[in-house]
Amino acid sequence: MLEFTPMELMICAASQMLEDGALVVVGTGAPCAAAMLAQRTSAPNLTLIFEAGGIGPQLPRMPISVGDSRTFYRGLAATSMADVMETCQRGLVDYTFLGGAQIDRYGNLNSTMIGGDYNRPKVRLPGSGGANDLGSLCWRILTITPHDPRRFVEKVDFITTPGYLTGPGAREAAGLPAGTGPYRVITDLAVLGFDETTKQMQVESLHPGVTFDEVQRNTGFELLKRTPLGETAPPTPHQLDILRREVDPHRYIIGRAAPSRTTA
Amino acid sequence: MTGNRSEAATLRGRGPLFTNPDCDAARQAFRVRSKGLTDKVMTVEDAVDRFVHDGDYLASGGFGGDRIATAALHEIVRQKKQNLSFAGHTATHDFQILCAGNLTGRGKLLAKVDIAYVVGLEARGLSAHARRVMQSGEVEICEWSNYALAVRFQAAAMGLPFLPMRTMAGTDTFDRSASAMIECPFTGAALVAVPALWPDVSIIHVHEADCYGNARIRGTTVADPHLARASKRVILTCERLISNDEIRRDPSATAIPYFCVDAVCEVPFGSYPGNMPYEYFSDEEHLRGWLQAECDPATHAAWLDRYVFGATSFNEYLDACGGLARMQELRRQEMFPCGPSAT
Repeated sequence: MLEFTPMELMICAASQMLEDGALVVVGTGAPCAAAMLAQRTSAPNLTLIFEAGGIGPQLPRMPISVGDSRTFYRGLAATSMADVMETCQRGLVDYTFLGGAQIDRYGNLNSTMIGGDYNRPKVRLPGSGGANDLGSLCWRILTITPHDPRRFVEKVDFITTPGYLTGPGAREAAGLPAGTGPYRVITDLAVLGFDETTKQMQVESLHPGVTFDEVQRNTGFELLKRTPLGETAPPTPHQLDILRREVDPHRYIIGRAAPSRTTA
Repeated sequence: MTGNRSEAATLRGRGPLFTNPDCDAARQAFRVRSKGLTDKVMTVEDAVDRFVHDGDYLASGGFGGDRIATAALHEIVRQKKQNLSFAGHTATHDFQILCAGNLTGRGKLLAKVDIAYVVGLEARGLSAHARRVMQSGEVEICEWSNYALAVRFQAAAMGLPFLPMRTMAGTDTFDRSASAMIECPFTGAALVAVPALWPDVSIIHVHEADCYGNARIRGTTVADPHLARASKRVILTCERLISNDEIRRDPSATAIPYFCVDAVCEVPFGSYPGNMPYEYFSDEEHLRGWLQAECDPATHAAWLDRYVFGATSFNEYLDACGGLARMQELRRQEMFPCGPSAT
């Protein structure tokens, strides 16, 4: 039996979603690891783009900032933030990875504030940064996040970045580019997607050994279920080898402890 | 496509607009600028004293902890500038430094902040002190996205009152911004209009500049060519002063022309502890120390006394952080990112 951590599974599962020849805007951490792994396994022609203007780097190490010099190390171009966002606005960019402190059934993300009163937040978070832009403009939004009921909430305290907003057609009605939106949410329990008609979050596949009830128990809203419900493919020995030896040799990301959550 | 376009086009964010988007008022300000090729080399102390005024709207170049004008940021805090407005465009360590002027017994440095990204240092975590400042209620805020602020600088650089874009629509970020939905006169599409932003003063760190302020940037420019053109005054700090002959040898390398610039200050290692592409990597140990010190207000006060208020110059700060030996180590990390010492 192959040993792997939940974080390793999440990174490997995410890497499989990026097809060869695509453009992906990535941040630091797990998304960057997933994209680097994809380049070294299933998608050698995947081009990475970083928000501050780095295009097509041959990453020597994982960047610490999405604007640091590694984001264009041996890169194809070092341009500007506007150039990257406009590339997204033109419709060229296939994927982006976004996260947040809260996510709801429509994939709306909050990274602005926690609390009931915007003017007196319990916790002030950084704000949109480039998240709203990337989540508005890229074709498919991917999220890698720990799965617990404090994150998966009925209603986010603040919609920083648009998911499907209030449901089918809401993005287009608001003025966002048609055909864009959340695509997959990869957690330590399952891979989730969004139902075609209702645009609500649904479980696509359960990780090995996880039950649907366990996923539901860790989610603050009722989940839909794809039928038939699949099982997430575990990492292959080759993926794990590349991930551990080349992508994250210092275990900065994969060494992180499994996220705490409500158990039975 | 839905039939709700006209309804969307009436929406307006309810956030406060901190600056005047009138492009004719901006033209008057630019008309009276000094445009001669004059020597603008001066100390950071003089530049901040002359060009940053209480109540100004300030913007900071680079990307939060990458190619930032650290010396100018420290000097603004040391000179206890008051009631500044600030463009929180990818603001990380730069914002953390400015927050040292709030809630530390030195009045109120930051009064208004246009927020796209503040209080965080990306993967490094959140700044406890910046959070205290932003949760205190003493700073007026307005929400934006990074691209929205970049487009606001771009509109200003173009001499236009606004530009349209296709992000923020439908979110609370839009609702708490000062942008407005408009209808495209050609297609009827709903677009987000963001108002031009002309900062009173910007501080930008570059690789090389001549004495007139013609400047070169290597690596990503983030939003700085637009920011320099949008700002009514610009303080440049540079790693190296170069000759005007060198600028004229390769004009295509000039990212910022001299007529945008008011002061040129030579500050080697001027982005420390931030990264400077092709020069030195960020000092993660020092940044971690700063974040940890902020968890306790007394420890934070001692940290600021040691590194900001106690130092009389940027060189003293560098010395307190390990001096040339430390800079050489960070240079090795930048040049050999796969080497054994890389973080």
